[in-house]
Amino acid sequence: MSATLTLPVAERAPATFSVLPQRCRNCGTTYDPAPVAICEECLGPLEPWYDADGPRLFPDRAIIGAREQSLWRYREWLPFRGQPTLSQDTGFTPLVDAPALARALGVERAWIKNDAVSHPTLSFKDRVVATAINAAVAFGLDTVGCASTGNLANAVAAHAARAGLKAWIFIPEDLELAKVVGTLVYGPKLVRVRGNYDDVNRLCAQVADRFGWGVVNVNLRGYYGEGSKTMAFEIAEQLGWRVPSAVIAPMAGGSLVTKLRKGFREFHEAGLLSSAGPRIYGAQASGCAPIVRLLQAGADATLVPEVPQTIARSIAIGNPADGASAAKAMRESGGWGAFVDDAALVRGIRLLAETTGIFTETAGGTTVAAALELARSGHLKPDDEVVLCITGNGLKTVEALAGELPEAPLIAPRLREVAALVDAA
Amino acid sequence: MSITINLPNVLSRLADGQRSLKAGGATLGAAVAEVSSRFPALRSRLTDDAGNPYPFVTFYLNDEDIRFAGGFDAAIRDGDEVTIVPAVAGG
Repeated sequence: MSATLTLPVAERAPATFSVLPQRCRNCGTTYDPAPVAICEECLGPLEPWYDADGPRLFPDRAIIGAREQSLWRYREWLPFRGQPTLSQDTGFTPLVDAPALARALGVERAWIKNDAVSHPTLSFKDRVVATAINAAVAFGLDTVGCASTGNLANAVAAHAARAGLKAWIFIPEDLELAKVVGTLVYGPKLVRVRGNYDDVNRLCAQVADRFGWGVVNVNLRGYYGEGSKTMAFEIAEQLGWRVPSAVIAPMAGGSLVTKLRKGFREFHEAGLLSSAGPRIYGAQASGCAPIVRLLQAGADATLVPEVPQTIARSIAIGNPADGASAAKAMRESGGWGAFVDDAALVRGIRLLAETTGIFTETAGGTTVAAALELARSGHLKPDDEVVLCITGNGLKTVEALAGELPEAPLIAPRLREVAALVDAA
Repeated sequence: MSITINLPNVLSRLADGQRSLKAGGATLGAAVAEVSSRFPALRSRLTDDAGNPYPFVTFYLNDEDIRFAGGFDAAIRDGDEVTIVPAVAGG
């Protein structure tokens, strides 16, 4: 990505839509656009090569502000030439002021970046699938797939259905019912695999190798991951073209915190922000916290994979592909990480609901509980302005609240019975 | 004694196009060393300079990540199956 080249661009997209080439993050080898994610030279990860056609021209704030309210308003920072045609309604989710939560955290201000209402499947995975599905169609693929802990399964199934693509989706056998139903309803081939997410992920790496499909988080991964940057772009724009002092996000594979950092930096390099970015904090469940433990172990440490043991299934990845990158991003940003146990994350779900009216899933509860832990341990300061990234919807993981909420009284349709309840309240 | 080592496409190109290799040895590390001697181009994609597993691949011994099973010191038995996949996937 070129630095400091902010030029007003005309609102005329190139006539043709195409995918950018890629370059190896490890050794720099370049590749023509293709559904591959691994460097043949060193096996390192490929990522979009934005300067392949020369320095990119970026729009200014006014042009961005006049565009459609979707993630495509930031298309110059996404791995395509021209205007994508699929998944046009994804992105630009609300940034919700959360004064009561700020008081609970002891910080100046707090906001919720509410991807629990993302379109079309109520999680931030819509963002990454929006970019992956456009790449898949541009490559002429007729089948997409994924390894998923649930939210990605929902997103791939829905976006594929709209695009007219076949979908093969692989999940661990024990996912929440809503995530299974919320996938099957779109008509994909859904396969439950005996084992945890890491077993599913290994299988999908072999599947992508064998069948030539576009497995979004395997061989389309370089294009897929870039969609996460749009969460950072939206936070900055919705705050009035500035950055908060801290951003807290859940971590599964670790890609989101890495891309948040990259997104803020790219906007800064383009002259749209005066600051290079906020402190980035990552949240995990204590029953699956390899990235936080890597961070705590020091900059020279090696990630030790874990066997997940947590109700936060959507972030239960014991062998996170971007774990090292995520730890580096948090450390370099001046941030940190925290893990919380399952009881704490359930309290986090309830606190968010009771203070903001937002019902999040277990990953969101983890984020809220980790924010409380980061405040308690002094990582968050009284003058901080904090954004919590809430990445999924609580209706998908209602099992987490079983036995946690009061039972609703059952009464006859008589006013005196209501009066008795009011007196007892 | 013989085990099977399954390679991803990106590595099979370094092994004359073979997706599965037979190998022997008392440990996984010995088996990897054996196939590396037969296909020298594989060596730097299976082991790092210190002789440890190459960081951009993950080895599975009968479906178990070898980092849970002793790494290259893991003992192997006749008929075992080792699967190598690129490490950068998922999430």
